[in-house]
Amino acid sequence: MLGLVLLAAIYTAGRGLGASGAVKSVIVTGVEAVAPSHVENTPFYKEYFTSHSGNPMKSWLVFEMLGLVVGGFISGAMAGRLKFKVEHSPKITSRKRIMFAVLGGIFFGLGSQLGRGCTSGAALSGMAVLSLGGFITMIFIFGTAFSLAYFVRKLWI
Amino acid sequence: MGPLTVYEIISANTNLVFAFIIGIGFGFVLENSGFSSSRKLAGMFYGYDTTVLKVFFTAAITAMVGTLIFALFGWLDLSVIYINPTYLWSAILGGAVMGAGFILGGFCPGTAFCALSIGKLDALAFIGGLFIGVFLFAEAYPVFEGIYKAEFMGAPFVYDALGMSRGVFAALLIIAAFGMFWLGEWSERKFPRDEY
Repeated sequence: MLGLVLLAAIYTAGRGLGASGAVKSVIVTGVEAVAPSHVENTPFYKEYFTSHSGNPMKSWLVFEMLGLVVGGFISGAMAGRLKFKVEHSPKITSRKRIMFAVLGGIFFGLGSQLGRGCTSGAALSGMAVLSLGGFITMIFIFGTAFSLAYFVRKLWI
Repeated sequence: MGPLTVYEIISANTNLVFAFIIGIGFGFVLENSGFSSSRKLAGMFYGYDTTVLKVFFTAAITAMVGTLIFALFGWLDLSVIYINPTYLWSAILGGAVMGAGFILGGFCPGTAFCALSIGKLDALAFIGGLFIGVFLFAEAYPVFEGIYKAEFMGAPFVYDALGMSRGVFAALLIIAAFGMFWLGEWSERKFPRDEY
């Protein structure tokens, strides 16, 4: 099923799925709104605006991610899984889980920019179009997670 | 002939509508397959739940085979599809940093948004972290720029890099996936967990 969704994206838009790109759009838009002169003077934003035209929020990935939240909600509602909760191993507290979630998010945010895409954009979609970089990124995401798993096992099991 | 938007069968704005619809499909399938649970996602790294691994590889293979079939029938022009460019060092380092984020945070960006949609607060925290991480990268970009752009290789295909044809590689990948499914089943039996 996930494969068919990805295929639909490739067929209609000529590109795969992605998630981290939408986060980048929000950051770029936010920083531009708060500090426009900062955007003009910072290399990252300058490069972003030379390679992307138009409003960063009016992008394929942003619309796709809005849809993703709606789709997830529909599925959760149908299965009766809608509930506010912090999911964690019984061995750790919610507070600890939240701290590690933020930390993991920071790593992932940084890594997704460095690696030009996250699990969906670089690894999954990159694999589907048989990109060499997609395979390399995929191997390193899963490889690193597997090799570190033992050391942080208390977080999960 | 696809991709529809490149051939201007659908306009740029219609393409965004499709993006939204595809997003709904993406979110629905992720949630439905269990990607909205961090402990299920983490399960693949400890062997007690390999659903995510199986869904992930099935998806990559389905889309790959589908793309090849569409191209074979002339429905899809492969030459204009976006192929992720390869920058060797950033692909390796970025992947490694993301892997660390995955095992610490229990999500990846797509699954975090999906989990948030059903009310997981740990996913909200993860997304907060994502914004911080992307912002840090943007602000500290000059520090990363060298490695970010090092070893640019264009947008090579993995089968070319390995010196085989597209078909042979696709076939090998499918066999590898079956091997992985078998391994997943085995590890779920070996490291069972009741409720999580």
